[in-house]
Amino acid sequence: MSEPSAPAGIDLHAKQVGRFRLQDKFFHYSTQFFAFIVLAALVGILVSLTIEAWPTLKVFGPAFLWTNIWSVPDDQYGALAAIYGTVVTSVLALLIAVPISFGIALFLTETCPLWLRRPLGTAIELLAGIPSIVYGIWGLFVFAPLFAEYIQPPLQELLGDVPVIGDWFSGPPIGVGILTASIVLALMVTPFIASVMRDVFETVPDVLKESAYGVGCTTWEVVRNVVLPYTRVGVIGGIMLGLGRALGETMAVTFVIGNANRINGSLFAPGTSIASTLANEFGEADPGLHIASLFALGLVLFILTFIVLAISRWLISRSMGTEGL
Amino acid sequence: MMSLYTRRIWINRIGITLSMVATSLGLIALLWILWTLFSKGFGALSWDLFTQDTPAPGTEGGGLRNAIVGSGLILLFSMLISTPVGILAGIYLAEFGRISKFASFTRFMTDIMLSAPSIVIGLFVYALFVATTGGFSGWAGSLALALIAIPVVVRTTENMLKLVPTSLREAAFAVGAPRWQVSLRVTLPAVKSGVVTGVLLAMARITGETAPLLFTALNNQFFNANMTEPMGNLPVVIYQFALSPYDNWVSLAWGGALLIAMLVLMINIGVRVVFRNKDKR
Repeated sequence: MSEPSAPAGIDLHAKQVGRFRLQDKFFHYSTQFFAFIVLAALVGILVSLTIEAWPTLKVFGPAFLWTNIWSVPDDQYGALAAIYGTVVTSVLALLIAVPISFGIALFLTETCPLWLRRPLGTAIELLAGIPSIVYGIWGLFVFAPLFAEYIQPPLQELLGDVPVIGDWFSGPPIGVGILTASIVLALMVTPFIASVMRDVFETVPDVLKESAYGVGCTTWEVVRNVVLPYTRVGVIGGIMLGLGRALGETMAVTFVIGNANRINGSLFAPGTSIASTLANEFGEADPGLHIASLFALGLVLFILTFIVLAISRWLISRSMGTEGL
Repeated sequence: MMSLYTRRIWINRIGITLSMVATSLGLIALLWILWTLFSKGFGALSWDLFTQDTPAPGTEGGGLRNAIVGSGLILLFSMLISTPVGILAGIYLAEFGRISKFASFTRFMTDIMLSAPSIVIGLFVYALFVATTGGFSGWAGSLALALIAIPVVVRTTENMLKLVPTSLREAAFAVGAPRWQVSLRVTLPAVKSGVVTGVLLAMARITGETAPLLFTALNNQFFNANMTEPMGNLPVVIYQFALSPYDNWVSLAWGGALLIAMLVLMINIGVRVVFRNKDKR
């Protein structure tokens, strides 16, 4: 519909621009909508878990968190044993994984010959790519029997008579249990922590390191006194990322933790974690309090990992300087 | 008494040696797991594995056909959901959301979703979908896996798009292209290989995911290509068979584990060889 006075070309152009404007608006909002989906999923998880867990939260209240009972026949539920297993396995896993990851990151960034860096880095990343169920069956069929035969008895002999510590290594060496789960978990989270550490180690300006080498520092001293202080925040972020992973890991743990819903002072004893309780019981859970309590466990796990991961991401982004908030 | 100099040298040597030990521990673990997979899984590899369905408890023979087809379908549909959603959300974060508060909040949450416990996502889809529509189904499984894959696609797409030089965008704007054309016809094609990498890595990530499928797709011992029914899938079959007392089932579980591990490793190695991009996630 062109005005008789205006030249046709200009009018066509104006219409075209108007159309582009509309299209751009549409494009902007539709992409924004998809970004919103991710947020909505996160909020949705929180809301739906709370709704489903409501009966349990109402009946047991906050005491659900520190009650050590999980009895389906009596319809009594408390999360303490599962929380204990989750936290203990994850913390032990980190105690093992952090020094190893640090060693890998140190080797990859400082001492490794250049030609070997890429293949070695890839190999460590591949370790992160192996599905967790593979770690699980490997842990159950290969690692646990060897552990029971060659590692648990000597450990018991060595430390069994030491007061306090001895109790941690008491009980029959059956292979599966808290300690085995921790070791398999450590193996799983090591590549994650190592690759974050490597990435933040690489952000250290060469000038800083070179000046330390220049005044005669050894590699160890450079890492200890220059690299680590410089990357402290990012390193802690990487460790927290590993912790977040370890807390929520299901399959690797379910296979080797022994699945006994109780707290035992010994690390050789079977235990349970939130994720493994869910994997074991959810499929056959009775409607009512049982299933609501499982949802409540899921909610606890989600909030726990959310806090750990949020801190981790915040620290890593602060250290890398570009991404995140 | 050692001199300070010798002491420093020795501390350094010990530190470096320990770091090498740590690296070799990582390598040994990788090789050990791979070797176990091959030695135990190779025996189960045969034509029957692909042409027979999962056997009844305690019987001989059988294969994993229903689980392989089920896994394939669930994966296919979850990638069909997560690829467009992830890429468009990534475009938003990179093109429109450089300074917006909403975008940086979304970016932060996406990073958290990257490592969120997958079993909780299974619970979520159960509550949202399975409990309301009254049944376990392949669709529920696809949805759960898609939720895990989306953040991976979003973040790689965004990181790749950020690498595109601003001058390229400006050149396109200067010839009068609207924003959507700049995004879809200029910047996105420029980082095509990086985005494909992200999609493939997302697929590798969800291929072995077991926990979210336990309460969504469940399992099905019979052949089923109907996405509205419970569906057999490799991870859950491996989980159930490995914990069973039947030797035949355990052996099939190893075969299945070898299959998915090989697929995942091949994707991981493949994208590194084909797209030698320096993407840092």
